[in-house]
Amino acid sequence: MRSDQSLTIITRALAVISAAIVLLIVLFLLRESTPALRQLGWSRFFTDASWHPLSGQFNLTPMIVATLVTSSGAIVIAAPLGIGSAVFVNFYAPRRLAAWHRRLIELLAGIPSVVFGLWGLVVLAPIIATFGGSGQNLLTATIVLGLMVLPTVALLSDTAIAALPREWIQGAAALGMGRSAIVGWIVLPGARRGIGGGIILALTRALGETMAVLMLAGNIVEMPSSLLSPGRTLNANIALELGYASAGHRSVLFVSGLMLMLVVSVIVLFVSRREGTRRDG
Amino acid sequence: MKSIIATSSLFLLCLTLVGCTSSPSTQSGSSELSGQLTLTGSSTVAPLATEIAKRFEQQHPKVRIDVQTGGSGKGIADVRLGVADIGMASRPLAADEADLTAHRIAADGVGLIVHDSNPIKELSQEQIIAIYTDKINNWKEVGGEDKEITVVHKAEGRATLEVFLKHFGIENPSVKGDVIVGENEHAVKTVAGTEGAIGYVSIGTAEADIESGVRIRLLPLDAVKANTENVASGAFPMSRPLNLVTANSPSPLASTFIQFCQSADVHDLVKSQYFVPITSESAVAK
Repeated sequence: MRSDQSLTIITRALAVISAAIVLLIVLFLLRESTPALRQLGWSRFFTDASWHPLSGQFNLTPMIVATLVTSSGAIVIAAPLGIGSAVFVNFYAPRRLAAWHRRLIELLAGIPSVVFGLWGLVVLAPIIATFGGSGQNLLTATIVLGLMVLPTVALLSDTAIAALPREWIQGAAALGMGRSAIVGWIVLPGARRGIGGGIILALTRALGETMAVLMLAGNIVEMPSSLLSPGRTLNANIALELGYASAGHRSVLFVSGLMLMLVVSVIVLFVSRREGTRRDG
Repeated sequence: MKSIIATSSLFLLCLTLVGCTSSPSTQSGSSELSGQLTLTGSSTVAPLATEIAKRFEQQHPKVRIDVQTGGSGKGIADVRLGVADIGMASRPLAADEADLTAHRIAADGVGLIVHDSNPIKELSQEQIIAIYTDKINNWKEVGGEDKEITVVHKAEGRATLEVFLKHFGIENPSVKGDVIVGENEHAVKTVAGTEGAIGYVSIGTAEADIESGVRIRLLPLDAVKANTENVASGAFPMSRPLNLVTANSPSPLASTFIQFCQSADVHDLVKSQYFVPITSESAVAK
């Protein structure tokens, strides 16, 4: 009884701490961006002509678009590869190969983002440059970002698939279903929630990734007209300019951090709502 | 805007004063120097400051010097906040930074770089301005090959960017780049990887990279070759000072360190970092 009580206290305290950290960070962002917001208001961050903070132009819209394009593009690349690799290791690969494949994917997760960035800059960008320009554009950033979040999708899908009850698969096989039918009709629908969770985690990681994107996206603040045009994400904006920013400029950069938090929270809220209705229904 | 800057800098100034009294960095009374110094700021100055700090620590074993980077702006902000004893800035102080003192320790030139396969010999001032403001888009218009120009520009607030804009008298919003980069190395890698690219970086960095075989070439400016000798002699037109920045009354330890940085004892270190040592008293006064 007593141990139960102390455990209650401990878990409550830990939960409060982790929730408080998020709130404190949001409060900090709000506090740092207040001077800019009070002075400029929200609308100027969407209606100004361009982003030239030192000349009083503060349009963030192209950066919001670039952030969404690169991270959703990364998911488009990572989701099929990740889910495919999870299905492969669980149903098609010989046991030894599956173990090695898992290890390789885990290794991919361990590569630091700056190494991904350097590889993209030196190897991938010159290849993409054959389409014209410098090769530093949204496409290059999206491809590298997709590779970076691939392990998250692959490993979480793998866990979700491995956690399915064996009876389902054995039952399906006993009914005479082929392997591909089992994967398509039993495994993927059954592991849907786990796979979805992996994709959401990958998406938030892609939204938060800074270094590799900064090195590869070209960083021009302009509404992208195609995947081959350069763009700057909200996080790259902070990383590029914060070290050199003073007073007013600094505060405006915190607004771009706040904007990123808003984008992420809208996505998370939207997803959890959909999950919620699905659970009820 | 002005009033906010004024009040916030007043607030920061107060913090600086508090910081000064609460962090004693020397123990008065002992003849030997001891204590700790924190330097933050420009990523251009930091490698040099680290080397000088090592030598200073050898001479004064009880002193610990911690060098961190984050850009000139951070260096200045940290000194005001009292987080750092000395800030590093690769530019002169701005008008709204008159509450601080700059101590010049070296100079650095900013030079234009192109891919080494680019046959172009030199660009005039007007041509460079036209290229950066998107009026010229092809190398053949300035006497080169028929190849699109990829303009590599720097992020707003960077010291090299300010030197570049000031030298050519362009406003940043009128510049239309194809790639915006942060660090010098990022600019060098971008130009080396793109045959039609043009960019501008610290001459010291570019010389070091060229020596190690990176495929870039420095362009002369106003018929003056872009190399460290010409920056040293003052002949090269586009250059910037490397400063240590302190509050108006630095601690004795900080002053001693700054004097050491400006002395002839460290000229070999300055040169080994491809910068140009200060030579005359007048340079110190700047």
